[in-house]
Amino acid sequence: MTFLNFLISGISLGSIYAIIALGYTMVYGIAKMLNFAHGDVIMVGAYICFYAVSRFNLPPLVGVILAMIVCTVLGMVVERLAYKPLRQAPSLAVLITAIGVSYFLQNTALLLWSSNPKVFPSFFVSGSGGTGVELFGGQLKISYVTLFTIIICVIIMLALTWFTGKTKMGKAMRACSEDKGAAQLMGINVDATISMTFAIGSGLAAIAGVLLCSAYPTLVPTTGSMPGIKAFTAAVFGGIGSIPGAFLGGLLLGIIEIFAKAYISTQLSDAVVFAVLIIVLLVKPAGLLGKQIREKV
Amino acid sequence: MEPILKVEDINVYYGSIHAIKGVSFEVNQGEIVTLIGANGAGKSTTLNTISGLLHSKTGSVTFLGEDLGRVPCHKIVSKGLALVPEGRRVFLQMTVQENLEMGAFTQGGKSVDADLERVYAQFPRLKERCNQVAGTLSGGEQQMLAMGRALMSHPKLLMLDEPSMGLAPILVEQIFDIIRELHKAGTTILLVEQNAQAALSVADRGYVLETGKVVTTGTGHELLESPTIKKAYLGG
Repeated sequence: MTFLNFLISGISLGSIYAIIALGYTMVYGIAKMLNFAHGDVIMVGAYICFYAVSRFNLPPLVGVILAMIVCTVLGMVVERLAYKPLRQAPSLAVLITAIGVSYFLQNTALLLWSSNPKVFPSFFVSGSGGTGVELFGGQLKISYVTLFTIIICVIIMLALTWFTGKTKMGKAMRACSEDKGAAQLMGINVDATISMTFAIGSGLAAIAGVLLCSAYPTLVPTTGSMPGIKAFTAAVFGGIGSIPGAFLGGLLLGIIEIFAKAYISTQLSDAVVFAVLIIVLLVKPAGLLGKQIREKV
Repeated sequence: MEPILKVEDINVYYGSIHAIKGVSFEVNQGEIVTLIGANGAGKSTTLNTISGLLHSKTGSVTFLGEDLGRVPCHKIVSKGLALVPEGRRVFLQMTVQENLEMGAFTQGGKSVDADLERVYAQFPRLKERCNQVAGTLSGGEQQMLAMGRALMSHPKLLMLDEPSMGLAPILVEQIFDIIRELHKAGTTILLVEQNAQAALSVADRGYVLETGKVVTTGTGHELLESPTIKKAYLGG
């Protein structure tokens, strides 16, 4: 039963990684850049939601929506100001800029909200005062946060699959990620599509931020960086650029991390996570679901 | 007759390399015009400039009386100008049908189904493989897909960049048959080819490019018969 407990918390943590990883992988897929500031957008989302709910006493749902709006706009503004002027620049310049944006966001948060940890409010308490469901006579406890996280992640995954597979804009996005020049010849506005990708990724980051802080309620300006790095790892693990890959990579990473913590050592859990990543990349360099593209001549 | 496409004195640079040196030509309604020349003569560069992927420092490109110099690349196709790029550049990870839908990106939603039918009728091979990922098609099928995709946008002028590249002779013939059919159906075509023999035999008029300049022009027949052209491009 403890095994099942660990598995469920692994899936829950993995769901958060997966949502963050989706942002990384979509932006990479289309702009061919690693947006290392993505983790810090999560932190901004969490702070916005925190202030909306704790200070302004808004309902949690309004707080989440507000966080999504702010993060979506933030993502688009960052793309416009920091990355778009570098569209033709070497990828190393873009990477360094992304790291710069990451520090910029962290330090701005430090200025605005100080380094004192904020305790994130708990949204998930049922009417009877319980915080979760109990199964098998109380042996298996699943908190509402956990359940909710998993459900949200599945919904996001299904929605994104539908969006990229069935809608005109989603297909245009895939076209851009394959060949920007050809996409332009089709009449697709590549700049607008890239901007939209950042908007979607950042909006998802806001959701991830709220879920993350609901599960681990301490909020500081560096809250986003470690989950950001882990989610990036998850995206690479699953095959960067692939949406199902980010989902799978995130879930596996969360499960491995929790199991490593439970059965090996709390301190070594990150080492185990990254060791698994290295082994997977040695065997499958493109990641679990990554495609090695061969061109026909 | 008023030309539908008029290219006047364009100069294109790749950094310090002067790739196109004052090229001018025009295409009239209903014609097949071909640009021929060796590797590096500037044929593809010319097409990419017309479609807005590259920009000219001087001169102008006028299409149906409108100057295209200020029009961003993604707006060109909705003006009625479609390019089938060199190397086909179909979306390899998308299905045949999705590729065609992308071709209709600028079209309103309603006509897309009818257009799909029209293109499938023209290329029955594509219909057989409509749910197949484009990366699994053969080179010839990919070329048909690239042409079909361009036709989805109802182009008033279709530009083809080396449609015969890398194809077996039988397929080259098929591609040129398709070009003739499109021409018969009234499509105006600007064709860039290294296969000068085939290109000139379908073309109404041709321009010969050499190191970024137009050196000769004439009707397809004249150029085919011209001794200098024969020597330089037709291997005889």
